[in-house]
Amino acid sequence: MTEPSPDLGYTAEHEWVAVDGDVATIGITAYAAEKLGDVVYVDLPKPGSNVASGKVVGEIESTKSVGELFAPVDGEVVESNQAVVDDPTLVNSDPFGDGWLIKVRFAALPELLSADDYAKLTGE
Amino acid sequence: MPNSPLHDRHVAAGAAFTDFAGWQMPVRYSSDLAEHAAVRTAAGLFDLSHMAEIVVLGAEAGAALDYALAGKLSAIEEGQAKYSLLLAPDGGILDDLVVYRTGPDRFLVVANAANHDVAVRELRERAEGFDCMVEDESDDIALIALQGPLSEEILRNVEGFDAPGLDDLRYYRAIPCTYLDRHGRDHNVLVARTGYTGEDGFEFYLAPDAAPALWDALLETGAGSGLVPAGLAARDTLRLEAGMPLYGHELSTGTFPVQAGLGRVVALKAKEGDFVGRSAVEAGPPAGARVLVGLRSEGKRAGRAGYPVVRGDDVVGEVTSGALSPTLGYPIAMAYLDPGVAEATDLELDVRGSRIAASITALPFYTKPVSRPEGDAHD
Repeated sequence: MTEPSPDLGYTAEHEWVAVDGDVATIGITAYAAEKLGDVVYVDLPKPGSNVASGKVVGEIESTKSVGELFAPVDGEVVESNQAVVDDPTLVNSDPFGDGWLIKVRFAALPELLSADDYAKLTGE
Repeated sequence: MPNSPLHDRHVAAGAAFTDFAGWQMPVRYSSDLAEHAAVRTAAGLFDLSHMAEIVVLGAEAGAALDYALAGKLSAIEEGQAKYSLLLAPDGGILDDLVVYRTGPDRFLVVANAANHDVAVRELRERAEGFDCMVEDESDDIALIALQGPLSEEILRNVEGFDAPGLDDLRYYRAIPCTYLDRHGRDHNVLVARTGYTGEDGFEFYLAPDAAPALWDALLETGAGSGLVPAGLAARDTLRLEAGMPLYGHELSTGTFPVQAGLGRVVALKAKEGDFVGRSAVEAGPPAGARVLVGLRSEGKRAGRAGYPVVRGDDVVGEVTSGALSPTLGYPIAMAYLDPGVAEATDLELDVRGSRIAASITALPFYTKPVSRPEGDAHD
């Protein structure tokens, strides 16, 4: 799946957010993964750490460049995806699925971009 | 913005593009790592049509280049190539380039796309007073590179490609060949055994309207051998592993050749005559000028261009290129270090605030395996 799904929210920093109750699953979009190139290293916040919306909480590094992971919400990290740490190519091969990065428990959800808005942003 | 004559091919292949010195060039087709690996294990095909080609011809073409560049170009034979430098009067590097002698009085100078304007201007100015002409043929010459251990085998199998001297074509030599495409059109191609990947391979200089036919034929012929089109991202990691400098990273107007380990490229023997930058290069860089080294580290996080190299509390150098080496599996970098620490064993990279131990290692990081004599079946 490489098209932005209508069921997800998006940020201008090219993250997607899937909400289930009070937990947001966060990853980077296929567009961002393609711009980065082959991802070779992922640094994610540990479960239990607090993240603040708009702050850098991790890194996604490709052979060519380094991308920062911004927290789209305030909250506590409840899980980070060890499978992606072990095999960073999941970010390229399945960015909206197995390539998810972190799950954050939040109190309030900020306004996110719709799939249409995000598609306009990326010009695709 | 100029496009390569192969632009349509890249679009059809799904390439992602990057603006390179005003040219839209393929940065990758599908995967940087797969393209990199193909060049190391089979072969990759690069479009380098953005490179600048400048022809210098006339009775004093060799003498003009001896004066304009930092090497004795008049001494190379017809069919030979030489890596050289275009220096500023103060000894800084304006460009690094490859010069082919394509006739008794004809030389093909290949410069970096980003330095096209300065290379053309300087060569014209410096050639004044010599009996020769300097012609900018950058828009009239396309460049395709076939790189990787299977390159020769693939080239031999291209139907219509007539390369009678291929058997004896050594590294840094070039021969004129002809390619008869499937529409019956005959094309002249200069085939050079040169490259920028650390592998065996060829570079093809030809007319832009001939490039698509040769591109297609090479890809078709090599498909069964693992040949894939490869983008500029793979080219960058390949040249880094091979320890080859890139202008704008390891080389700049603020760099003397000797700092970059390129002292051997500069013709300083007394009998070799004057050239622009000679007196400055003879005087040498200022005391304490940094020197280029290779660094390797553990883990997966690479030092990148601009990252500091530190020792204790002191910044002692700066990374100019770095990546997690796709072939070697560990991070590698080229960096300029203060001469006093060029043998230090306690260096660290400052990777966005984290310290990562780095050790100095000889360049290149990667050397292609030596082909084994036939009949030697032992591991």
